[in-house]
Formats: sequence, C-alpha cells, structure tokens
Amino acid sequence: MDLAYTEAEEEFRARLREWLAAVLPSLPAKPGPDDWPGRRAYDTAWQRMLYDAGYAGLHWPADAGGRGATPTQHLIFLEETEKAGAPYVGANFVGLLHAGPTIAAEGTAEQRARWLPPVLRGDEIWCQGFSEPDAGSDLASLRTRAVRDGDHYVVSGQKIWTSHAEVADWCELLVRTDPTAPRHRGISWLAMRMDAPGVTVRPLRTLAGSTEFAEMFLDEVRVPVSHRIGAENDGWRVTMVTLSFERGTAFVGEVVACRRTLAALAAEAQANGRWDDPVLRRRLGRLNAEFRALWRLTQWNVSEAQSSGGVPGTGGSVFKLRYSHARQELYEAAAEVLGADAADLDREWAVDRLSSLSYTIAAGTSQIQRNIVAERILGLPKGR
Amino acid sequence: MDFQLSDDQRALRAGVRELLAGRFGRDRMRAALDGGTGIDRALWRELGEAGFFALRLPETEGGVGLGLPESVLLFEEAGRSLLPGPLIATHLAAGAVKGAAEGETVVAVLDAGQPVGHLGDADGLLVLGPGEARVMTGGALRDVVREAARPLRSLDPFTPLWRVTGPVGPGELLSGGARLRDEGALLAAAEQLGSAARTTEMAVQHAGEREQFGSPIGSFQAVKHLCAGMLVRAELARSAVYAAAVTADRAEIAGAKLLADDAAVRNARDCLQVHGGMGFTWEADVHLHLKRAWLRSGQWLTAAAAEEALAADLC
Repeated sequence: MDLAYTEAEEEFRARLREWLAAVLPSLPAKPGPDDWPGRRAYDTAWQRMLYDAGYAGLHWPADAGGRGATPTQHLIFLEETEKAGAPYVGANFVGLLHAGPTIAAEGTAEQRARWLPPVLRGDEIWCQGFSEPDAGSDLASLRTRAVRDGDHYVVSGQKIWTSHAEVADWCELLVRTDPTAPRHRGISWLAMRMDAPGVTVRPLRTLAGSTEFAEMFLDEVRVPVSHRIGAENDGWRVTMVTLSFERGTAFVGEVVACRRTLAALAAEAQANGRWDDPVLRRRLGRLNAEFRALWRLTQWNVSEAQSSGGVPGTGGSVFKLRYSHARQELYEAAAEVLGADAADLDREWAVDRLSSLSYTIAAGTSQIQRNIVAERILGLPKGR
Repeated sequence: MDFQLSDDQRALRAGVRELLAGRFGRDRMRAALDGGTGIDRALWRELGEAGFFALRLPETEGGVGLGLPESVLLFEEAGRSLLPGPLIATHLAAGAVKGAAEGETVVAVLDAGQPVGHLGDADGLLVLGPGEARVMTGGALRDVVREAARPLRSLDPFTPLWRVTGPVGPGELLSGGARLRDEGALLAAAEQLGSAARTTEMAVQHAGEREQFGSPIGSFQAVKHLCAGMLVRAELARSAVYAAAVTADRAEIAGAKLLADDAAVRNARDCLQVHGGMGFTWEADVHLHLKRAWLRSGQWLTAAAAEEALAADLC
C-alpha cells in the first residue's frame, strides 16, 4: 500500500499546475446559470484550451485521439483542475465521458474520424437521450421507436432528463429497433443531429429553479443508418460497455470540492459563533472523517483500476451510495451553520442544498445502486 | 501511488487467516466461550511465535521489522475471528515489557474511567495518561488487582472486565508513549473493520440460504438493501483504516476509528436483524461480534473524542 505518487506522476502534476496558473487568468467571465449559449461558449472555449495544451481526452485511448493517461494521471488532472478553480467539464460531459468513449470502443474507423475529433476540440456538444417518461430505473423498457426506411431510421418517441439539450449538436439516442425481441435485445444506439426536423426540446425547471435539463419530443426524425454505432439491436451492450467502464475517477473533483466546502463551513461557523455548539462541531468533525475516507476510497478504486489494466471495477456503486448521501449531509450541515440565512438563496450553499437533492437519484438511484451492490458484488439472488 | 495490498501483504493476511482458522476456528471459539474466559496461554504463545506481538519490533531486537500497515492486517483478522485477549496492549508493550513480544506475558490496558479487560490474567498493565504511557508489572500490579479493582459483570462474554476504583501507582514511564493511544486506536479500528466485514459475510450467507415465502430472503429488496449498506460501511472503513495505517496521521486515525466503530456496530446490528429470531439467540455468533464492537467503540478513542479531533483538524 503506497499513497506516495511516483516521480513521473509528480512531474505530471507540476507541469499541469504550471499550465493552469498561466492560463486560468485569461479565462472570460463565467456566464450566468441560465445563459445557455454563454455556458456553451465558455465550456467549449475551455475544452479548446485543454486541446491546444494536449490535455483533451486525457483518459481516452491514444488511437482515439486521446492521451492514454493512466487512471492515476486522470485522478491528478481532476484534483488539480478542481483545486485551481478551473471550469468543470460542463456541456462537454456527455461527449467526453460517454458518447465519445462509446464511439471510440464500438464505432467504425469512419465513425471515429467523424465524431471524436470535434469532441476533443470542443467543436461539438453531445447530449444523452436515454431515459423516457416510462423508462427511468428500468431503462431497458424504453419505447422510442426507430423504423427502417431505406438507408434511414424514422424515430418517434419522447426522452426526458436530457441535460444540455438546448445547446447540443448531437444526441446519443437509444431506440427500439425490434419490438418483438426480448427487451434488452431490441435496442440500437444512434447518433442524432439535434437540428434535425421533428426534434423539439422543452426545458424542464428543477426544484432549484434552474433549467438544467429538458424533455425532448421526437416526431418522425430521420436518422441515417450509417449513424448507428454497433450492430442493429446490439445497443444495450454497446451502451453498457461504457456505462460500466469505471476507472474510479467519476467524482474526484466533487470530493475535492466537498472538502474545501467543509473547511469553509468550519471557518464560517467560527466567525458567526455557531462553532461553540458541540453538536454542530461534532457533526462537521464526522463529515471530515466521511470525506477524508471518500478521498481514500477514490484512491483505492483508482489504484485497483490501474493495477487491473483498466478493467471495470465494482467499487463505483459502493462509492456513489456513500458519496451522494454524504454530500446531502454536507449541505444539511451548511444550513445549520447558516442558521436563519439558509432561507436566503443568495447566500452561498443555500442553492447547493437544493441541487444536492438530485444526487441520490441521478445516474442510478440509491435503491438501484443497492440492488447492484447486493446482486453483482455480494451475489445475492435476483428478485423483486 | 498504488493504494492496494502488495503481494507480501496479501500473503501475510492469508497466512494469519489460515493460522487463526486452524487454531481458533468456530468450534474452538465456541468451546472457549463455554469453557470460561481465561487467557489461553498456549494460544497466546503461538500468537507470539507467529509474530503477532513482535511484528513491528526491529529485527535486531528479535522482532519481525514490519510496519503499521502489516499490523493492521493482522488485527483485522483478529477482529474477524473474535480472537479474545488484550492483543493490542500486548502488541504495543512488545519490547517494553519482558516477554510481551514472545507471547510469554499478557499486558492489559488502563485508560482513566474505562473498565480494564483481562486484568486478572495480566502480567503487565499499560497505563494511558494524557500524552504519555506508563507500565506496571510485578508487585505493583498485584497491588492494583488486590486493593484497587473489582470485577464487574461484563457486557462481552469474551472480555472479563474490572473496574479500577482506587489509586494506581505511578509505574514506569515508557519512551514514545504519546503515540500509543493513536496506534491503539488504529489497531482497534482494524479489529472493528474485520468484524464489520465478517458480519457482512454472515448476513449474506444467511440471506442466501434462509427461505421464506418460497424464496431466499436475500432476493427481497428489504433484506438485500440491508446487506448492501453493510458492505458500503465496511469498504469505506477499510479505505480509512488502511490509509491511516500508511500515513499514521492523527486526524486520519481518528476518522478511521470513528468510521470503523460505526461499521462494526451497525453491521452487527443489521446482521442480527437479517438473522431474525436466530439472531437473538446465544447460539448464533452475531451477538459476540456486536458486544465486542460495542466494547471497542469505547476504547482507545471514543466517537466524541474522534469527532472533536476531526473538527479541530478543519481549523
């Protein structure tokens, strides 16, 4: 067990820090949360800076245009960019972390050449068309239909929880191509242009008041068959190849940010006198243990991915269950530190408390994660 | 960075597990429970020969010359197997109390306000004070047992407890005694981790075998989710305990103890629940894990002290 970084890893960190210190001051001002064109421009400008400096697609394989970095280098990258206050992956999320890696793993040479470079350069934005109003946790029950018409699919249906839909160029879309097959075997993966006729996007307002995601209506949208990744009806497997590809780095930046927030909460509590309350003080102490351990669990999972040559690990669900709960606890504690000011949404952390309510739901609810842990790790029998 | 067990560490863990399975398997464990709670001196010497107590002593002093990470793996196995006795105090006293390293002597620990385990069997007593530690042996220790202590009816059937009621002599000051409380807390956390992982396995095994409503109860989400929660607690504690063993950092050790106490106690509670009525019997092993976990939670570093230390670390 070694928590010390190698000389090469420290060199990578030092070069990255130097670059961040040099370029971050030249970033334009951050756009407001509801300024979607501004957010896209900001996020893609950052992606272009990463590309020009050789940091784009750090964790992508080299033959897909990435840097082929180790999981540990990826961890260092995410840790340092968060510590330096660099922009988040933002609107580039689906392209860099899901659609891109899926195309890299399952696409033809032509498809890779078409779609991967624009993602790395920040030229094109992707969104995800997976969930439907009646297909949430039970994603395989999705009903959006795609019917062959010559060299096109004609797609009709409805998708929901689509982040960045308003500004995306492409959508990674799961559709049912064989309604008679067993449900996991009748699904295909398509790349759909968001400006195609028949695509209607309607923003959804979250309980935090923002419009972070949208619902998407598809009315006889024509998608070329050549835009299908993988074989027809093999879309479930194609999707899972990437969804289950866990290198342990999914929440590195978030854990770093939580630890910084916790220190800021302690400072605020000392300033406003609430630190003298031993119940609150001990609650913050326990959260310190929690986030320190989550950081160590991240290092554990990353080391595991590294030593197994990047084979998917099972630690992701264990981590997410604890992390999503801990982060909600963090903002509950923040509300206690703020006292009556927690009712003022302009105070720092007040809106974060609202946003944090999604963590135990998004990307697999805690209940689904517990099923995964119980069945795939502990080997308990499937059931109802 | 390579935060995984090395091949040597894996081999060490496998070796200790095999040793304990052979020497203190379930039948022996239950026999020991029925046969009274005195220290099994032959087993104690075997543990000594296996390096349990001398693990961190330098090889020049007859030790094994390994570090905290290796001792954490040993104590994790001890926690899994419910191995009784003042293992931590004797390990910490190796090199300071004659015979401790070899398993020839038994060293108990006194922490102000806490009952003392195995005092009646002890050849030495580690006395923890603020920022220091002392050792008592021989006549001074016999005086404590005779004059200043009386046995109480112990929560844990494997750990006879004594309440120390009178003054205790000064004893002999140990060099480097200030770090003993931290190291003891870390090793206790390792025992809690082992117990938490074991009760998870016990619950999963029972849930896979026990049938009700025509199905294994582990196929019901209500039971499944209890088991998943147990694994999450154990694995978070594992990361915390192993990292604290590598860094030996005070705040990290406090976090490890806090999370491992939590994992051991709550996992034993959930394991008991999964076992249903059987879980409430003397015959099932789960109460032995719970009682030991409760006891260890109050030893070396309590939740209150750990949380205060971790709060101070934020400032």
